[in-house]
Amino acid sequence: MLDFEGPCRTLESPVKIMRIIVCLKPVPDPKHWNRLQLDPKTRTLVRKGIPSTINPLDRHALEAALTLREQEGGEVLIVSMAPEDSQPVLKEALAMGADRAVLLSDRMFAGSDTLGTAYVLSAGIERLGEFDLILCGDETIDGGTAQVSAQLAEFLGVPNVMHVSGLEAFPEKPWLVRSQIEHGYMVVEIEPPMVLSVVKSINTPRYVTLMNILEAEQKQIEVWSANDVTLSEPWAGLTGSPTQMADLFVPERKGMAEMITGDAKEQAAKLADRLHRLGFC
Amino acid sequence: MEFKFSDREELLRKTVRDYAEKEIPPYMEAMEETGEFPVELLKGMGQMGILGVITAPEYGGTGMGALARVIVLEELGRVCPAIPMAIQVHHMCTYALGTWGNEEQKKKYLPPLCKGETMGVVAVTEPSGGSDVAGIQTTAKLEGDKYILNGRKCFITNSHHADTWIVIARTGEGGKGLSAFIVEKGFPGAKAGRKENKVGLRGANTGELAFTNCEVPKANLLGNEGDGMTTAIQDIVQCGRPGMAAVALGVLNGVLEQAAKFANERTLYGKSISKLQAIQWYIADIYADLEISRLLTYRVGWMIDQKINCAAESALAKQFACEAAARSARKAIEIHGSYGIMKEYAVQRLLRDALVTIPAGGTAEIAKLVMFRQALSMFGL
Repeated sequence: MLDFEGPCRTLESPVKIMRIIVCLKPVPDPKHWNRLQLDPKTRTLVRKGIPSTINPLDRHALEAALTLREQEGGEVLIVSMAPEDSQPVLKEALAMGADRAVLLSDRMFAGSDTLGTAYVLSAGIERLGEFDLILCGDETIDGGTAQVSAQLAEFLGVPNVMHVSGLEAFPEKPWLVRSQIEHGYMVVEIEPPMVLSVVKSINTPRYVTLMNILEAEQKQIEVWSANDVTLSEPWAGLTGSPTQMADLFVPERKGMAEMITGDAKEQAAKLADRLHRLGFC
Repeated sequence: MEFKFSDREELLRKTVRDYAEKEIPPYMEAMEETGEFPVELLKGMGQMGILGVITAPEYGGTGMGALARVIVLEELGRVCPAIPMAIQVHHMCTYALGTWGNEEQKKKYLPPLCKGETMGVVAVTEPSGGSDVAGIQTTAKLEGDKYILNGRKCFITNSHHADTWIVIARTGEGGKGLSAFIVEKGFPGAKAGRKENKVGLRGANTGELAFTNCEVPKANLLGNEGDGMTTAIQDIVQCGRPGMAAVALGVLNGVLEQAAKFANERTLYGKSISKLQAIQWYIADIYADLEISRLLTYRVGWMIDQKINCAAESALAKQFACEAAARSARKAIEIHGSYGIMKEYAVQRLLRDALVTIPAGGTAEIAKLVMFRQALSMFGL
């Protein structure tokens, strides 16, 4: 078992080790989306056989956490709710530099909506103990609801800022958080602990290196079932989720779009060819 | 037998694929036009650990091994085969230093090679021929505390960008009269000569290395005097041939992707040409060539990691994969019709790239000679 006990900063007892938690969702790899199917019965994505990857915005959240750890010290923990076969995705997060990972996995969690997901995540985080910062991606590429970070903050009773594109931490005074709004950004002064959800422009995620892959083999992924966390409300899973999917379908394709790939010169040449074939020039 | 990659190998593939897809394409047009390797990529590849994949950690590498190297080269080659061509020769240099270098040589030369601060090369082939290693004419005469090298090496990958050259030269008579030397490009009398203008793998620079009374410190003898033949052959078997097979895997991946996508999007007689059996058979052939080549090449990587003798298997993987790449690229061009010979379509480049892999790292005929000997040995002949 991993030891999650340790000194942690709170408003009452400042600065020992900063603890940053990153909520990470394994999602179907966009490179394989053309193979995705929908299950008409459960009204969910059929993920079997489709490789999973770190949700792209969660990768930015992890990068923000790692950068902050490099500046301020501390530790970065991954928390994820996903099937047990998602461990390679968490391993990649460990290879990026996270210190430890907890996978919340139980058949009971399957089919959770955003409320159920946030509830299970909050239960896992409560077991981990105190924290300074929770980072999430603003939204996932499969669900795209952008609700979990706010719901998670509510469950944990801490403030939440979304659309975060910048973050500056200070040891003895409020942190500065830049949040994108429609025609610009606002800067929020906020004291930890808090939940932030980030947008793409916050950073450029680092590559995993070969050395990182070897180092990650020494790091553990701890799997927690429903019995390992305290769930006092029946909100997890398909039956516990208040959101009931009325229908899920692939919209009828009304027009054909052809994506032209390559660098600018190749794209221009292919476009000219295509137009020529269609009789435009 | 286990045919499944480990989690480590899967993550390695994903990691290198992500890197290659983002970092290499911006350089490809210039590589094709100038025939130059983008040396700007070296430091990034060093930080990634790509350059030190077969070098021990104490000398700046990761020591992940030969199978990991095949995966790395294949994924780089999936995007642009010229990149792993250059890197596989760089690996040959790190392999030679790591295998035959003394402690001082390893500490001096391997860390900068792994970091991408320097580039490496192994120079065996001469104008008189590459297959006949015993016929090498470049000489190395010991004078005091220096060897004096005279001669010329040709068709050397990385010739004009490499800083650390492993050079095979003659110190005595016959096959046992060859020795290996570590030559720095700045040594007096060492010079990169003519640059070649290849049809394919253009981004991997190829040219001559010339030695005119080149002064090499005695301390830069790699291994012992007379070990040069072993160094050359073992480096080719353990590193060069699997490396070239992996470059061919990169070509084959690209060929299959281009062929499948074009066949799917191109319509003829009111339907996608992928519905035509002739096209389906072409794509099935390309797929078979890719998968067979993969099995052969991965097996060699695994055998090297297990320290199993694999001279024949290495030759087979190299010869099969490189010829498979060429015939598959040709089929992909057939699928493309006239578009296939237009420069804006990648398949013509892939055919040119595949053709260059065939003589590189030992000709198909030499590889077949190795296989022939292995076949006879099965019957004690």
